[in-house]
Amino acid sequence: MPSSPLLQVQDSAATAVPAIRVQGVHKAFGNFQALRGLDLEVRQGEFFALLGPNGAGKTTLINLLAGLTRPDRGVLQILGHDVRSDYKQARRAVGIVPQELVFDPFFTVGETLRLQCGYFGIRPDPAWIGELLENLQLSDKADTNMRALSGGMKRRVLVAQALVHRPAVLVLDEPTAGVDVELRQTLWKFIRRLNAEGQTILLTTHYLEEAQSLCERVAMMKAGRVVALDRTSQLLADHSRPSLTLRLPSGDQPPGDLAGRATLLADGRWRLPLVNFADTEQVLAHCREAGLVVQDLEVGAPDLEEVFVAIMQRSGQ
Amino acid sequence: MNLRGFSTLLRKELLRFWKVSFQTLLAPLVSTLLYLLVFAQVMSGRAEIYPGVSYREFLVPGLAMMAMLQNSFSNTSSSMIQSKVTGNIVFILLTPLSPLEIFAAYVLAAVARGAAVGTCVWLVSLWFFPRWPAHPVELLLFVLAGNLLAAVLGLIAGIWAEKFDQLAAFQNFLIVPLTFLAGVFYSIHSLPPFWRDLSRFNPFLYMIDGFRHGFFGLSDVAPAESLLIVGASAFALSCVALVLLSRGWRLRH
Repeated sequence: MPSSPLLQVQDSAATAVPAIRVQGVHKAFGNFQALRGLDLEVRQGEFFALLGPNGAGKTTLINLLAGLTRPDRGVLQILGHDVRSDYKQARRAVGIVPQELVFDPFFTVGETLRLQCGYFGIRPDPAWIGELLENLQLSDKADTNMRALSGGMKRRVLVAQALVHRPAVLVLDEPTAGVDVELRQTLWKFIRRLNAEGQTILLTTHYLEEAQSLCERVAMMKAGRVVALDRTSQLLADHSRPSLTLRLPSGDQPPGDLAGRATLLADGRWRLPLVNFADTEQVLAHCREAGLVVQDLEVGAPDLEEVFVAIMQRSGQ
Repeated sequence: MNLRGFSTLLRKELLRFWKVSFQTLLAPLVSTLLYLLVFAQVMSGRAEIYPGVSYREFLVPGLAMMAMLQNSFSNTSSSMIQSKVTGNIVFILLTPLSPLEIFAAYVLAAVARGAAVGTCVWLVSLWFFPRWPAHPVELLLFVLAGNLLAAVLGLIAGIWAEKFDQLAAFQNFLIVPLTFLAGVFYSIHSLPPFWRDLSRFNPFLYMIDGFRHGFFGLSDVAPAESLLIVGASAFALSCVALVLLSRGWRLRH
C-alpha cells in the first residue's frame, strides 16, 4: 500500500519552523470583536486541540488560516509562509476540513477528489485517492454522486478533500459533528496514523473526550483570546482531580470531615473530590469506621471537561 | 502560473454545464428556434431590411447572438451564485489558484457554452436558411468578444449577488432588456432618431450588429467600430472582475 509522502518527518532545521504561527491577530466583524490579539504556535508534528465555547473565535481563526477571512492586523503563517503575502505556498501546506457540510452536487466522490487535487496543481494520484477512500470507508462510493451520500459520508469526503493534495498541516473544524460512533473511530484511527507519520493536526471539537485522548497540547479560547494553553496532561493535573461518587443508605451523609468536602448529587449520591486515587481507600475506611454501608461506588478520572468548565468560569469575569 | 489548477477549474466548469446539457444547451436552442419560427411566420410579409436579406434571415444572427450572450452570462453568474449560496465556493478559495486563473477558467467555460449554443442555433437554422457567413473570421471575433463580455458581466453579477433573486433581478432588468433592445428584431435605422441615438449607448447593439455583419456583410454600424467598442467594454469589465477577485469582495470576508 503506498504511503503518504507528505508525511516524511522533517529534519531538525525544518522542525524549528512552527507548523502554524499566529501573532497579534485581531479580527472584527462590524462591532463584534472576534479575535483580540491572538497569539498561538503549533509545532510541526503536533496533534493540537483548539477548544472553546461557541463564539470564542475558533472558526474565525481557521478561516483566517485558510484565507477565507482577512485579519485586521497580525501575522498568520503556515510552515513559515504568510497566508496573505505567500498565500500559494501557505495554501499548498494546509488542508482544511470546514465545519459546514458543503459539497458540489454536480460531481461524484471520485470526481470531487480528482478536481480538488488538480486545483493545487497536482496530478491526481489514483493510489493515494484509493488509499484515502479505503481509510475513510468510501471505496464503494467513488462513483456515487455527492447528493446521494449521508451526512456522515459527506463529512468523510470533506476529510478526503482536505488530504488529497497531501498537505503537511491538517485543520479539522469539528469533523465528527453528526458522525456516528463507529465512523468516528474509523476517522480517528486514520488521523492518528497520519499524525504518527509526521502530519500536524489542528483540531477543534466540542467532544472534549476526543481532544483529551488525541491531543498532546490544548489551547482554550474565550471571547477571541487564548485563556489556557498547555500540555493536556498538565492541564488535567492543574485543574482536575479524581473523584469518588458514593451511594449511602437513605438519609445518611459522609462521616466527619468528609461531609464538608462532599457534594450531594441530584440522584441522591455523594461526590467527593480525591487528592489522588490512593485517597479512595481512606474515604472508604472512614465510612466503615462510622458504620456506613456503601451501596454503590464509582471512581471518576480527571477529565478535560472539568478543566474546560473551570477555566471558562475562571476567565469569565 | 498554476496551469494544472487553471485547466482543472476550466474542466470543472465545462463539466458543470455539460452534465446538465439538456438545460444548458438544448433548452436555449429550443427557445431560440421558437422565437425564429414565430417571428418568421408573423413577420413574413415584412420588407427586406438589407438588400437581398429577408426579414426571416435577418433574425437568425440576432437570435443566435442573443442566445449566446444570455447563456454565457448565465454560466458564470449561476456557477458563482450557486457555489456561494451552497458554500462549496470554499473548495476554490482554499486552493492556491490566483485571481487571474479563477477568472480565466470561469470566463472561458462560459464562452465555450455561449459558442456551443450559438453554433447549434446556426446549424439548425441552416435547414431553413442555407447561407454561409460572408466574413467567418469577423464573425468568430464577435462570437469571442461578445461572449467574453457577457461572461465577465455574469461573473461580476455572481460575485455581487448574495441571493438568487438579486441575480434574477440583474438578469431580468439589465441583461434581457439590453439584448432585446439591441437590434435583434430590427435595424436601428428603423427607429425614431431619439431611440436610435439612445441605442448607441447599448454595448449589446455592437455585438449583435457586428455579428450580423459577419453573416451578411451588412450592418448598421461599421464592424471595426463595433469590435473596438465590444473589445474595450470587455477589457474594462475584465479589469473590474479581476479587481473584485483580487480583493475577495463578497467572497473572502
